[in-house]
Amino acid sequence: MSQSIQTKTAVSNVKKAAVTPIIQGTNIGKSYGQDIILERVNVSVQEGEFITLVGASGCGKSTFLKMILGIETATEGELLLDGKPIPNEPGSDRGIVFQQYSVFPHMTVLENVIAAKGFQKSSITGYLFGKEKKVAKQEAAEMLAQVGLGHALNRYPHELSGGMKQRLAIAQAVICKPRILLLDEPFGALDPGIRADMHALVLDLWHKHKLTIFMVTHDLKEGFYLGTRLWVFDKLRHDPHSPNAYGASITYDLPVGHMPEPLYDEIDQQLRPITKMEQPISSME
Amino acid sequence: MGLNMKKMINLKPSRTSAIIIGLLPFVLLLVIYMVSSDARLAINPSDKMLPAFSQMGDAIYRMAFEPSRRTGDYVFWQDTLSSLGRLGAGVLIAALLGLVIGLLTGALPVVNASFSPLLTVISLVPPLALLPILFIVVGLGEASKITLIAIGITPFIARDIQRRTQEIPSEQLVKAQTLGASTSQILIRVLLPQIMPKLIDAIRLSLGSGWLFLIAAEAISSTDGLGYRIFLVRRYLAMDIILPYVAWITLLAFLIDFLLARLNRRLFPWSLEGGA
Repeated sequence: MSQSIQTKTAVSNVKKAAVTPIIQGTNIGKSYGQDIILERVNVSVQEGEFITLVGASGCGKSTFLKMILGIETATEGELLLDGKPIPNEPGSDRGIVFQQYSVFPHMTVLENVIAAKGFQKSSITGYLFGKEKKVAKQEAAEMLAQVGLGHALNRYPHELSGGMKQRLAIAQAVICKPRILLLDEPFGALDPGIRADMHALVLDLWHKHKLTIFMVTHDLKEGFYLGTRLWVFDKLRHDPHSPNAYGASITYDLPVGHMPEPLYDEIDQQLRPITKMEQPISSME
Repeated sequence: MGLNMKKMINLKPSRTSAIIIGLLPFVLLLVIYMVSSDARLAINPSDKMLPAFSQMGDAIYRMAFEPSRRTGDYVFWQDTLSSLGRLGAGVLIAALLGLVIGLLTGALPVVNASFSPLLTVISLVPPLALLPILFIVVGLGEASKITLIAIGITPFIARDIQRRTQEIPSEQLVKAQTLGASTSQILIRVLLPQIMPKLIDAIRLSLGSGWLFLIAAEAISSTDGLGYRIFLVRRYLAMDIILPYVAWITLLAFLIDFLLARLNRRLFPWSLEGGA
């Protein structure tokens, strides 16, 4: 377990020289007082990549996502969006889908998406009227049909299943044409069958709208199946007496698609050391 | 029933038996009242403490359906109208103020930091102690009574709405921002609509204190109103008027609460289930 693990960067950075990366982080660290969450994270992401972030819970992958979102700031290092410091509040260039609470419960499915269009307008209320409303309604209905909610336009979120709610949240995010789409364990609460449908949907939207996607997941298989690039968050150094003394970093940065079996098992084992240790206990029962 | 009697904690009454055992205490109280009233009236027919239902009926009939000899008003309805008007105006003002203060302090940390300590202190001032000040400042008329009700319940509504606003998942606020929403758009489109059913709930909870302040203010300075009347006729030990008036106030309170609950369900069907 404790052999020296180095960041294995297998992604070719051929294009890097020519184009400014959409997201670039140098030496990013995040700590809350004594507790270090992230340290020395170095990344460079080109527009159009689909990155999945995996790691044990509490290893900082969601924190990293929140930095891109703008609701957390790095305490060390520098995170750049298009070569400029990332804004420290959320904006319409970076869409988000959370695991839950991502849609507005007081609006119907259609209203949820129309409201998203309305928010794009710089008015006090964001209400749309007349022709503008008509156009937005049309566009919203089309987007909802695209995500498979064409039959549920007038339902309220509490009348939807978990998968349908997430489809709605995705439709809302995508209709605002963000450049980056952030997905924070979006399918964690869904059944496996429904998950497969959602994967197809996300891949489809990624192609169609030329998005750059960051998706946090705790499911390694999902991480390998989706996207173009996989980041594994883990701690490089461990102090058993003080678990928060060292932060996590990106230990693997791999292109998705050609993964040798032993490496998969190795990562899998690293992500779940706790379950491995618990097994003998549970088998004794 | 039977041999394997369930534990008390698992024993649930059926719908009909629930209604019956729910009504039982009411019937019991009425019977106790009637028996005691009869007993007292048998000894002294002019006893005023526990009037018979027929006496109360007569008294209220006179108040409600015969014009007052002095003013020509139908006193019972005049009292009801005046009291409901004051209560309605006071509660409405409190609801509006409470909504604005609660929403802004709940949603905007800067406003919260500057207003919350003041709100906490104000909510600790006993409103009735302010009544003399109100009489001095706004006079003995309607304004002082309405102001007392408004001052009395605004802090409660404001703090409740503040807490409800803060309870709305922050994911929704972040999501709205990623859709391009501004602060005002979030306040008006995301928070306000979700707070409205909570506002009605807060009004329902504050109506009890609303009645308290109303009756107190009417008792001290008024020329009509339900509270004024019961304190006026107290001088003549007119229990035949006081008791029906108290029952009427209770019924009104129940009806208002019932209607607000219905209104909530009608207007905000989405709020029945928990968050999305």
